[in-house]
Amino acid sequence: MSGRVLVGVKRVIDYAVKIRVKPDNTGVVTDGVKHSMNPFCEIAVEEAVKLKEKKLIKEVVAVSCGPQQAQETIRTALAMGADRGIHVEVAGKDYETLGPLQVSKILAALAKKEDAQLIILGKQAIDDDCNQTGQMTAALLDWPQGTFASEVSLEGDKVKVVREIDGGLETIKINTPAVVTADLRLNTPRYATLPNIMKAKKKKIANVKPADLGVDLTSRLEVLRVDEPPQRQAGMKGSTELSRRDS
Amino acid sequence: MANPLRAEVVRLYKNLLYLGREYPKGGDYFRDRLRAAFTKNKSVQDPAQIKEMIARGEYVARELEALYYLRKYRAMKKRYYEE
Repeated sequence: MSGRVLVGVKRVIDYAVKIRVKPDNTGVVTDGVKHSMNPFCEIAVEEAVKLKEKKLIKEVVAVSCGPQQAQETIRTALAMGADRGIHVEVAGKDYETLGPLQVSKILAALAKKEDAQLIILGKQAIDDDCNQTGQMTAALLDWPQGTFASEVSLEGDKVKVVREIDGGLETIKINTPAVVTADLRLNTPRYATLPNIMKAKKKKIANVKPADLGVDLTSRLEVLRVDEPPQRQAGMKGSTELSRRDS
Repeated sequence: MANPLRAEVVRLYKNLLYLGREYPKGGDYFRDRLRAAFTKNKSVQDPAQIKEMIARGEYVARELEALYYLRKYRAMKKRYYEE
């Protein structure tokens, strides 16, 4: 086994930012808005780096698809301990329609090219909440998948995954190569501090185009409209509110 | 400032400045207070005292990392998991 782990990281609007819908309802405002790595992707990177620190795997490769700024997200992954990065350049219209299907095709192609033993992804992105990329990637590669992982352990050429499911926890054992998606309680991601970011500047980020991987980015989905969630009614809190008004 | 420790102090300052950008009350708020704290102690010469202050600064850095992690974890837990 190659001992190589591919980690997908997505650049999303920062979790703490208040999202605003564009006036024309075609999407959300992203210009000038703070972006950062998807929190579930941080957990995925942390898990991969932990496996490397335990010497269970040899190399962690961080992958991100998107415009130039996606490189910042890869740099954060490198600062957290990934060995090298791959930036798949997708910009403009292609980037607007980039979704789990296209990303999973890219990841599948890269996994074959890099001879990956394991792909670790976040379970979902906090911007689109699709929760599909991991599953689609596994299907395209015909690999087993351990999704919503709250615990991952490598046992020989198999992976034991404890999954968070509605009824509780499910433990499965799957063959490698495999796809794992990270859930919230998998680990505590380390912070990419300034000294680590400086050290990571020496690590390489390769540039790849989807066409080089033979991937067709056409989307089968069309966004018709984006709206804000319905405003919550004010002053409908309950008995405490009423009793205060009464007195 | 004692010469060999100067580099350490500067490194700590830059680190805290970087960490402070995400401070909930605003990066500017943090930066002003960081600068005030460092300039208040700028005349200290005793290396033992400087080392103690550096340790305190590193403690603050760890506290900030913990703060950021907890905020994010709680936000994700609230948004994605039934309470």
